[in-house]
Amino acid sequence: MTTKPRLEREVIAMRVARELPDGAYVNLGIGIPTLVSNYVPEGRVVIYHSESGVLNCGPLAEEGEEDIDLINAGGQFLKKAPGMSFFHSADAFGMIRGGHIDVAVLGALQVSEQGDLANWMLPSRGIGNIGGAMDLAAGAKRIIVAMEHTDRDGKSKVVRRCTYPLTGRRCVDLVVTDLAVLKVTPAGLELREVAPGWTPAEVQAQTEATLVIPRDVPEIAL
Amino acid sequence: MTVSKVWPSAREAVADVFDGAVIMMDGFGGPGGMAQELILALRERGVRDLTIISNTAGLDSVSFGTPGGSLPVNHGILVANGQVRKVIASFPVSASPSRPTSFELLYREGKVELELVPQGTLAERIRAGGAGVAAFYTPTGAGTLVAEGKEVRVLDGREHVLETALKADFACIRAWKADRLGNLVYRGSSRNFNVPMATAARVVIAEVDEVVEPGELDPEVILTPGLYVKRVVVRRHPGKIYTREQGAAS
Repeated sequence: MTTKPRLEREVIAMRVARELPDGAYVNLGIGIPTLVSNYVPEGRVVIYHSESGVLNCGPLAEEGEEDIDLINAGGQFLKKAPGMSFFHSADAFGMIRGGHIDVAVLGALQVSEQGDLANWMLPSRGIGNIGGAMDLAAGAKRIIVAMEHTDRDGKSKVVRRCTYPLTGRRCVDLVVTDLAVLKVTPAGLELREVAPGWTPAEVQAQTEATLVIPRDVPEIAL
Repeated sequence: MTVSKVWPSAREAVADVFDGAVIMMDGFGGPGGMAQELILALRERGVRDLTIISNTAGLDSVSFGTPGGSLPVNHGILVANGQVRKVIASFPVSASPSRPTSFELLYREGKVELELVPQGTLAERIRAGGAGVAAFYTPTGAGTLVAEGKEVRVLDGREHVLETALKADFACIRAWKADRLGNLVYRGSSRNFNVPMATAARVVIAEVDEVVEPGELDPEVILTPGLYVKRVVVRRHPGKIYTREQGAAS
């Protein structure tokens, strides 16, 4: 097994941040996706939606300034920000299902070469939280997955077919991992970029799914 | 006739909750928007075999949306007390498997049932229940475990799952202020499930920080008109979080 350095979680988040267009309405999931808001390129304005019923989420509240009536979907405390609006859960999800969210960035347990997403339950636990993930998978205009390429046991999370319970079928557009950037295409998962120091063959060796590998695969640039 | 929906105490407001009742419990997960005093009164009343409809099954082992890492009172105390038979929720367990909630432990023993629902489908089922819509088709969950056993139809070129409305005997909701007619206003992200739940139960009980006279709430910002609300209870400790460490109230 290759022991070359992989990208840090923050670097995965930086790469995802480049995908967010100016003016986009974006929902960030828990984990690496949450970090994405720290790295949006200067000059771009991104408006964050939270399932807790907040649009235009700004920075987190300072310690001692926490307000239990102002949280994001991860239970973190938000600061009041100009342009913020509040709404109830049925509207929060109407925005998602109704196709009003431009990009959702989600973590995953498995992504398949068809773009199937599994991110809500480890079968070994036997119970899990769906939360807002299935609605985002069904309703956001574009789904980007941000995750580690392999799990704790070194098994590929980029798979031929998901073996874990699905969150949504054929919903993922782009996968950014600590080894690669992968695009879901009709021909399969295309290797678009590799982590610095990694060859496409080395990334393929860490991947259960068979990747479509173009002649030139650049290193991930930030 | 002078209408006043204000009840003297949480204990009296839940006195007719019966064994086997279906209860909607507000809140996203943290104490914001959670009717903590009504939950404490339900525990004291000791009613059993309850079905709870809520976003979570009571996150009682982790500190979610609570400053300082304390553990707030939530419906997990009813689960832990053996009063709950079934939970309909989207986020039933703690995010970390090493910190299981009371619900997860009892679920593993087969002592509670779970109907797991995507969060948006849960909110919409409740809204439908309140609005007289018996069922609706949603793309959420198509092709997943959630669609199993349900009617699936292709509409607008994609699969949709038929989901049915949810209604309850009682809804225990939390608002910021009420007037004595039962008109409610909320604060910030604590609208969450409160607003749809306020429409979908036979008896809606609102726990609030403050009751004011009709006319004092701006009609432009009332989210729950009083016709939905049967009872209003004022918190004994407005604006405070009731934590489990400190017992009933802090």
